[in-house]
Amino acid sequence: MFDFAVIGAGVVGGLVARELTKYKLSVCVIEKESDVAMGATRANSAIVHAGFDAKEGTLKALLNVRGSEMMEDVCSELGVKYKRNGSLVVGFNDEDKETLLSLIERGRTNGVKGLSLLERDELLKLEPNIGDGVTCALRAETGAIVCPYELCMAAVGNAMDNGAELKLNFKVEKIEKCGGVYRISSENDTIEAKIVINCAGVFSDEIARLVGEDTFSVRPRRGEYMLLDKECGELVSHTVFRCPSKMGKGVLVSPTVDGNLLLGPTAEDIDDKNDTSTTPAGLAHLSALAGEQVKGIHLGKVITSFTGLRATGSTGDFIINSPIDGFINCAGVESPGLTSAPAIAQYVVEMLKKAGAELTKNESFNGKRRPLHYFRELGIDEKNEVIKNNPDYAHVVCRCETVTAGEIIEAIRTNPRPTSIDGIKRRTRASMGRCQGGFCTPYMVELLAREMGLPVTEITKSGGESYINVGKTAKGGN
Amino acid sequence: MAQMNNQRRADLVIIGGGPAGMAAAVAAYEKGLRDILILERDDALGGILRQCIHNGFGLHRFGEELTGPEYAARYEKQVKEYGIPFMLNTMVIDVDESKVVTAMNRECGIFKIEAKAIILAMGCRERPKGALNIAGSRPAGIYTAGTAQKFVNMKGLMPGREVLILGSGDIGLIMARRMTLEGAKVKAVCELMPYSGGLARNIEQCLNDFGIPLYLSHTVVEIHGKERLTGVTIAKVDEMRRPIPETREFISCDTLLLSCGLIPENELTKSAGISLDRITGGAVVDGERECEIPGIFACGNVLHVHDLVDYVSEEAVIAGEAAVKYINGEKSHGMALNLVTDGKIRYTVPQRITSAEKTKVYFRVANVYRDVKIVVKDGERVILEKKKQKVAPGEMETVILTADMLSACETNATISFSLEEVRK
Repeated sequence: MFDFAVIGAGVVGGLVARELTKYKLSVCVIEKESDVAMGATRANSAIVHAGFDAKEGTLKALLNVRGSEMMEDVCSELGVKYKRNGSLVVGFNDEDKETLLSLIERGRTNGVKGLSLLERDELLKLEPNIGDGVTCALRAETGAIVCPYELCMAAVGNAMDNGAELKLNFKVEKIEKCGGVYRISSENDTIEAKIVINCAGVFSDEIARLVGEDTFSVRPRRGEYMLLDKECGELVSHTVFRCPSKMGKGVLVSPTVDGNLLLGPTAEDIDDKNDTSTTPAGLAHLSALAGEQVKGIHLGKVITSFTGLRATGSTGDFIINSPIDGFINCAGVESPGLTSAPAIAQYVVEMLKKAGAELTKNESFNGKRRPLHYFRELGIDEKNEVIKNNPDYAHVVCRCETVTAGEIIEAIRTNPRPTSIDGIKRRTRASMGRCQGGFCTPYMVELLAREMGLPVTEITKSGGESYINVGKTAKGGN
Repeated sequence: MAQMNNQRRADLVIIGGGPAGMAAAVAAYEKGLRDILILERDDALGGILRQCIHNGFGLHRFGEELTGPEYAARYEKQVKEYGIPFMLNTMVIDVDESKVVTAMNRECGIFKIEAKAIILAMGCRERPKGALNIAGSRPAGIYTAGTAQKFVNMKGLMPGREVLILGSGDIGLIMARRMTLEGAKVKAVCELMPYSGGLARNIEQCLNDFGIPLYLSHTVVEIHGKERLTGVTIAKVDEMRRPIPETREFISCDTLLLSCGLIPENELTKSAGISLDRITGGAVVDGERECEIPGIFACGNVLHVHDLVDYVSEEAVIAGEAAVKYINGEKSHGMALNLVTDGKIRYTVPQRITSAEKTKVYFRVANVYRDVKIVVKDGERVILEKKKQKVAPGEMETVILTADMLSACETNATISFSLEEVRK
């Protein structure tokens, strides 16, 4: 039996679990997918929002500003890529300017520092590629970018290093409470826990319903993105949002921490919580809008497009509460959910303390985690030291991103362990470059099969039935 | 492990041990150069030819039909007989403008080589799915034709059973046949353009002989399937290459192979600060394949994508011999001819000519044209005309500019290449 079961290994579940391991508690994270960070966490804008967007007095506003302040330290502890690049919200007319001024006002009320309004000439000095029609901008100096799935993997991994358990492929079907203990069951597994924390993203309403709590619902809002080659990564240095207007919230154009350029998202309410497909209309919309904000976006340089589903809650605010004894919701965590995640984790622990839970500090907790990308950041001499001990670090597997066999094997052996090609990709960047795995996939398949002790034909792209190969050739037996 | 030797020198460093790199090395050796080093990232020499187990290679070069591995083996044999040094499993991670090459491998770690001359022969890669921006889900079962070729021919693995191929590039056509021979059902090849991007002989031998339909002016507009691909929606496109909604058709398949063009792999070229030709995606070179940095040469598919490996070898010989001339201080730069094209002819290689020696100029056209003549002019003066019944983007064309023709030009003339209609 565990003290805590965290349902959902996204960025919220991961950071909540890690926060709990700071105390003498047994924690189990359960996840229905074959890897962590498989929901909204792996497909979002990767932005640390400054906090001027959320309505005053809401939980969103409180946790956004707090999370934004915490993020740099959390990332540095966990070795996650983070860059305070600043955000700009660009306006195209006087009406937009009014909106921007009111956002500045709101931001100040929320406690955001470093907000100012820029005229076009000042803006051009910061961002020479800004669109011709842009007349003004809100500048938020505390805006930042981060790698969201890396943050999640690091948080879960660090929680595991501090004693937490991770159960993958565990799709919760039933939650029963008997004698003050929750029995959580999937089709073929059951765990018990004293307290359940529901961090199930778009599915958090369904999890809540399993314990009879039906006061809210969560709807998936589709957001489509396009990622451009690193050649385009320096087109802008700030994250460039569009001023929200009657026409909608607009899209953002942002560098990523890995040096690519990201365009997106669209916003479309849909019904299917599993539908992460992109649409012709969505991609066309992005192509049309992004160019108005930033000049010189070359769509021929798109290397991939993807869709994320925001968990839009029915209350309009984050739903973080304990409607039933021992059951805590972290639901409806849509944007600025990534930014807020570290603060949500802290908030949950505060809730527990307020409710009288006895939490004893875990003296052996180590919050630091060496990132998987440490090797690529070493100097030549340091790299050669590593290579001397393990020549796998000199064997380049992914040419485009220069990822070595050593790094891939290390990733396969590091918590939370990947079990698929996409899992390796998100941990090491192998196959994330401009050839998108054309050269390295066959080798990654062999490495993963060897490390997992599986036949190569069992290796999947992303778990389930997503086999890379369907069998052997006529003479492929040997 | 042996003591790492992290500083080396070589007269000529050749990056890439495929058909281009090996032919360049052999040519340089035959011109008397001995201090040569080939750096190859794979575990054997041969480059992409190793997985091209079909025949059709070598007709021009050796006067016989060879498979890819056989063609590569001929050069590998030469390299080994001459004792030209090569390092395998060695990845070059940087080339700088002072011709210092940084590479890494298991034995030496990361090391630097100071070269007198460098030949870039890194080949090309395939255009991936992302670049095509197709809507839909992202299941397993979508590969470039070359990745599938590697799985089938090198690993003995079947990437799928029911296949649709997007793009009629040569590797796609070859894989249509290969997958069929391995028992897969290839449902169709869709080509966005109104003409095929591959060689006519491959359409005949790889599609027609197996009854595989080729849908011209068609593309994949949507991908279906959550875990493994379950099908694609294809549609006909209009003259502007926009899909026509009412022609949408679902085709069930578990595999989508992409053969939508090759991109020269010029990351190292760029890191050296060499500017690239916008059309070819390769370096701008002179007749001897020298880039804008003296002593750095390029040849093969890293320079521009060739149809036939025979032409790769031919070009590599030019670069190999020129590198020796450069090292010996004999490379002349007596002229600065600039080659320009009319758009119907998309590009030329070389783009510049720096000496009045016989030069074979390679080029590709932008569309299928019939009954045309290739016209080469120095200002208004016609230097050369060559009639063609048909030219197509999938087939590389050549003309030879003789030493006499070049000597007759001003030393800094602009030489124009154009296609003109021939009136019958």
